[in-house]
Amino acid sequence: MGKVGIIFRRELGSYFATPLAYIFIVIFLLLTSVFTFYIGGFYERRQADLLPFFDFHPWLYLFLIPAIAMRLWAEERKSGTLELLLTLPITLRDAVLAKFLAAWAFTGIALALTFPIWITVNVLGNPDNGVIIASYLGSWLMAGAFLSIGSCMSALTSNQVIAFILTVVVCFIFVVAGSALVLDFFQSWAPTMLLDTVASLSFLTHFTAISKGVLDLRDLLYFLIMIGAWLFATAVIIDMKKAD
Amino acid sequence: MIKIEHLSKNFDYFEAVKDISFSVSPGEVLGFLGPNGAGKSTTMKMICGFLTPSKGAISVFEHDVVKDPLAAKQLIGYLPEGAPAYADMTTLQYLRFIGEIRGFKSVELQQRIDKVVEDLALHSVITRRIENLSKGFKRRVGIAQAILHDPKVLILDEPTDGLDPNQKHQVRNLIRNLSKDKIVIISTHILEEVSAVCNRAIIIAKGELVADGKPAELEARSRYHHAVTLQVDTANNVLDDLTALDAVAEVEVSPESTKRFTLIPKSGAEVFSGVNKLIQDKGWVVEQLFVERGRLDDVFRNVTMKESQAEEVA
Repeated sequence: MGKVGIIFRRELGSYFATPLAYIFIVIFLLLTSVFTFYIGGFYERRQADLLPFFDFHPWLYLFLIPAIAMRLWAEERKSGTLELLLTLPITLRDAVLAKFLAAWAFTGIALALTFPIWITVNVLGNPDNGVIIASYLGSWLMAGAFLSIGSCMSALTSNQVIAFILTVVVCFIFVVAGSALVLDFFQSWAPTMLLDTVASLSFLTHFTAISKGVLDLRDLLYFLIMIGAWLFATAVIIDMKKAD
Repeated sequence: MIKIEHLSKNFDYFEAVKDISFSVSPGEVLGFLGPNGAGKSTTMKMICGFLTPSKGAISVFEHDVVKDPLAAKQLIGYLPEGAPAYADMTTLQYLRFIGEIRGFKSVELQQRIDKVVEDLALHSVITRRIENLSKGFKRRVGIAQAILHDPKVLILDEPTDGLDPNQKHQVRNLIRNLSKDKIVIISTHILEEVSAVCNRAIIIAKGELVADGKPAELEARSRYHHAVTLQVDTANNVLDDLTALDAVAEVEVSPESTKRFTLIPKSGAEVFSGVNKLIQDKGWVVEQLFVERGRLDDVFRNVTMKESQAEEVA
């Protein structure tokens, strides 16, 4: 694990070496506030919970996470450092894992910086802090799933813009998989089993379940398996496309 | 010892490397020559374990690069083409990162960094970000990264590309001064570099190995090997007299001066004494007279062009 740690630190450091990290965090905090207070009606609801805060996370992530993930591999490929990295005495698995973990830790930092809103709700009322912690965990896991998809899309190309667009599209499909929009499309002809499978792949379904405070092992596993599968795909794609 | 056996690499519809075999022993500084796109970089990328060979095997000190990549990579220091590096890091951060990955810690890590900073004169840029460095410094940071762990095998893809003549001289000195038990492979298309630092040269063209030998041996394959060039300050019939010499196969008149001639010997023959006698007999005023060792660029053109012509005929 030593080598994963070394690459992890380099990666995380590189977010903060450029304005990227700061811009991302500021925008993330601004948008969460706007969504929570203006669109979510945090005050108007007169309820001591953070539902209006967490409800918008999937939609925020849909555009913000790809912005972080797009550089993961596309940049390495473009600048030629991919060749440098993969000729160092490390395994591809370690490299994929370390880069993902660094990005995930970074989103964790951004998420943790929303703590004033948690203080606010505690000052104003008596929220169920267990539910809030579960929601934070769920949100972070979902961010990980978005990132792992982004990692895979970024491995496909050396063009960050293409990586961004692909990630948004694939993530969108996973976000809305459980919604009426998609299910209606299947309902008329698909067997129930397929319908259930499609619905069960939805980020939204699993995230909503967790953010209600129900920490079902299946929901946690769902996100972890998602992450594992997309990272595995990342490694396979990098291995296949090394020469490009 | 690096052993390469029947190495081939295909990209979709293109055979970049075709059945190349050779081995390199410690102490050898191997110059890898070839026109652009000949397969030099592809071969190097396979030795370093970046690309997987389509066919054949590579072993680095008994470690198979495909089956046991980590052990092989630990022994190799590699400068990829264009010297890529993490642009957002400073020189020091970057060297420290590479050193840590190579398994060095605390005092030893610092000593190794100090050593390469000294060797490549990087003091002035140690706290500067790599993206702000000049091309020459970037290249030197790349070389520093490759030699940081004092590797047994050093593979440098165009190490002096983009350097000014002083920096080239510096890097060549550095390569020459590396300890004598190392294997060094350098790709280049600067032929003088091969004569300057290499004790063996391999020429590849269109993915095939077309020549392998000491630089002097390759030079000996040139038609200019033992050719005599002279410049005479006399107008009368010099060309005819020279052409009449027994050992001379052909006389070339220099494009720069009609008084400068290059005598190409018949194969195995020796022209110098004949010319010398002629000069004395005729009493020519000679401004320049020397015997050539052979021209590497001539050999290079010969073996690489022959390949492409054969291809066109086929």
